[in-house]
Amino acid sequence: MYPDYLAETLKAVERTRPARLELAMSGQPVYPPMNADERKDVLSKYHPDFAAGAKRPVRVGPNRGEDITTEVADMLEAHSMIEPKLMDIHLREPDYETDLLIIGGGGAGCWASIMAMRNGVKSLIATKLRMGDANTMMSEGGMQAAVSKTDSPTRHYLDAIGGGHFENIPELVRVLTEDAPDVVRDLENLGVIWDKMDDGAMQVLHGGGTSRKRMVSCRDLIGATIMRTLMDEVKNHPDMISVREFEPAVELILDENGHCAGAVLYSLDTEQFLTVKAKSTIITTGGFGRLHIRGFATTNHYGATGDGLVIGYRAGAQLKFMDSVQYHPTGAVFPEQIAGFLITEKIRGAGGQPLNKFGELFVFPREPRDIESAAIIRECSADRNNGVDTFVGRTGVWLDSPLIDMIHGDGYTRHQFPGMCRQFDRFGIDIVKQPMLVYPSLHYQNGGIGINERCETNIPGLYVAGEASGGVHGRNRLMGNSVLDYNVFGRRAGQYASEYAKSAKIVGKLNVDHVAAHAAELERENITTDLVSPLILPSYTPDDVKIQQMARLGNIPARHSMLRSRLASS
Amino acid sequence: MESDKQASQEGGKRQRVQANMVKVFIMGKPHVVPEHATIMRAIEHAGHQIIRGAGCREGFCGACATIYRLPGDFKLYTGLACTTLVKEGMSLTMIPSVPMEKTVYDLEKLKPNVNTILEVYPVTFRCVACGTCTKACPQKLPVMDYIQAAMRGDIAAVADMSFDCVACGLCALRCPAELIQHEVGILCKRLTGRYLRKESKELDDRLTEVRSRQYDAEYAELMEMDTSVLSKLYYGRDIEP
Ligand SMILES: Cc1cc2nc3c(=O)[nH]c(=O)nc-3n(C[C@H](O)[C@H](O)[C@H](O)COP(=O)(O)OP(=O)(O)OC[C@H]3O[C@@H](n4cnc5c(N)ncnc54)[C@H](O)[C@@H]3O)c2cc1C
Ligand code: FES
Repeated sequence: MYPDYLAETLKAVERTRPARLELAMSGQPVYPPMNADERKDVLSKYHPDFAAGAKRPVRVGPNRGEDITTEVADMLEAHSMIEPKLMDIHLREPDYETDLLIIGGGGAGCWASIMAMRNGVKSLIATKLRMGDANTMMSEGGMQAAVSKTDSPTRHYLDAIGGGHFENIPELVRVLTEDAPDVVRDLENLGVIWDKMDDGAMQVLHGGGTSRKRMVSCRDLIGATIMRTLMDEVKNHPDMISVREFEPAVELILDENGHCAGAVLYSLDTEQFLTVKAKSTIITTGGFGRLHIRGFATTNHYGATGDGLVIGYRAGAQLKFMDSVQYHPTGAVFPEQIAGFLITEKIRGAGGQPLNKFGELFVFPREPRDIESAAIIRECSADRNNGVDTFVGRTGVWLDSPLIDMIHGDGYTRHQFPGMCRQFDRFGIDIVKQPMLVYPSLHYQNGGIGINERCETNIPGLYVAGEASGGVHGRNRLMGNSVLDYNVFGRRAGQYASEYAKSAKIVGKLNVDHVAAHAAELERENITTDLVSPLILPSYTPDDVKIQQMARLGNIPARHSMLRSRLASS
Repeated sequence: MESDKQASQEGGKRQRVQANMVKVFIMGKPHVVPEHATIMRAIEHAGHQIIRGAGCREGFCGACATIYRLPGDFKLYTGLACTTLVKEGMSLTMIPSVPMEKTVYDLEKLKPNVNTILEVYPVTFRCVACGTCTKACPQKLPVMDYIQAAMRGDIAAVADMSFDCVACGLCALRCPAELIQHEVGILCKRLTGRYLRKESKELDDRLTEVRSRQYDAEYAELMEMDTSVLSKLYYGRDIEP
């Protein structure tokens, strides 16, 4: 239930609704989309990426001197968790040996293992939490795939590359868009239930930045549907795919030729460091929302701390586009318990409109995400002051969901958005009848470790796929293209890395010399820090409790000590 | 809560607020926590670092199955720690892991009918229709009804009713007949997607086009295009209403 102090602005929304509905039904854009100059203006003034201190040159490693998002740069310049000298025995006698090591059990990771299995190659998935505790589980809105008659893969290409401000790597966008129809069929054959029209055609909707209706969906639970299907399939092949849960990777292992030869894992249960020897390795560790960049709340899962970037970087992998961050335009603002949670973009795809406190439209509802977010931040900023303020200290704009049933017919919202409805029903808000209060939320890691269309990195034997990779989306990813990304590139990584594993030879001793080299570089650059990375998990312990926990002497790897990051929580 | 401390305008936070506090018992020990906290945030507020028991933190993954009691109430409640709010006097415990065996099967060798249920999850037929699973479901799904549907071989109905299942396992833990309801749900969803779908002719056509490399020329042209030309094409493209 909304508190009384919001009654007046809620009334304003109702008052303007009939006129807005009429406009929506007319087929005209409900608000003029921005041209290139207007986009540039709102981005440079209001997008958090352009705020002072948002990025800084990183002082160590392959991208040295380049601007990187500040919180990420801090992680890249932090200490390793391990003491290389003490790893010797375990490098000589690895705890596990496998053909293919997959780091991260989300969508991309599961696909990679399934493809390796189809290719006759055994793999081991090492993951931080449980399998499927991943951003993949949470995606709601849908996946882009050019499957309808009016659409084409090349049109999809144009939309994606325009949305990414023409900076995406063309070869990657091509395979992204060209593989998409096959991904739809492959998933369907594994048992994913797509939303369909009566004649069997795929149901398609618009998303931000699409010129054709291209968003395929599984109600508003595409993530859970695909993730549970892939996980179930992985578990159907215990002879080919083994799984280690609660064992995140904390460093890569190289051989004497500098080829990737596995990883060091850290058991969260027993605090042991374990070694895996592998002929090829894929990083599928997903994104970094839990770094809470610029203090933003996030939509991401608990383990989204950008670990893959850190371990890849320390071993010499190049990063791309790591100076940009995606804020989802519509994170929940009210009630406080779900602050930051994602309100799927499909709500706007289906006709929902963002409104200021006067119930007025102030932006085209389906601009690309960075533009839409910047426009919402502008509307709430001191420059305009048209946001709706809550008494617990947040601000936001309305997202008028009741329009959806008015456009598509009664019952549509409840059937198409069961997850969304449930989220708000819990707090006595019926989104069929009342709008939601929203504000941008930290959502997606646009950049990542650079890859080519075979998911290869600049380190032989190291592959990357999914949100951890960089280049597919340039500096701005469109809705539906990251679900597509982990499917397309998860499959490709599995294919090419397993192919590589068939003939790869590990030369000489396994080593983590790059970790010692990193420590030396920190010293050379006079970098003093008490941060240890990868972060693994964020800490939400209140500061007073944290201070008492930190009284322990030194940085001994005792229970969860590495987790007590100094990073501000959100 | 702690987040309110860094009031940043850009982050959408306006001022610092003091929350009202309530007393809860976490694994038997009393703690004072903010009243608008979820069970998960309350546990963290008390100083725990959750390792097992948090995944998505938003009600999708089912990592955070929790049981609790309330003062003066005989009932044992079930819930997801990430979406359930604390209450004064609540006594709670998270369940770190739910033991169970998923049957290994080959989807390609199964048929969408009752025999598959019998073969893959025979324990399903021990159901006594007591309704405990439905009561335990934090998603408020009609669990017992979909188990009954599974026993009738109505695979599509199971898929429909169990669509929003987060597989937290609370139904299975409470079930006096020891079923694993959520695994039956997943099996039936996969059977439905694989065998009971309507085929999309459009998708077939598109796959044929892509496989016959029909888009090669267009791709080559676009990929070579100068940014200024590409930009013009992009901003001038027509948008389907
Ligand atoms: C709430 C939400 C909604 C979304 N909705 C959409 C949508 O509608 N459409 C769309 O296209 N995209 C959407 N996205 C984005 C999309 O879901 C993700 O980008 C995508 O699923 C990432 O897949 P992935 O496999 O690369 O990473 P993930 O699925 O995040 O998997 C990464 C895995 O690696 C594990 N891991 C992390 N670090 C380590 C380590 N050190 N060692 C071992 N394992 C590790 C993680 O725990 C996790 O299991 C959404 C994202 C969120 C958060
Ligand atoms: S943490 Fe995922 S459902 Fe609660």
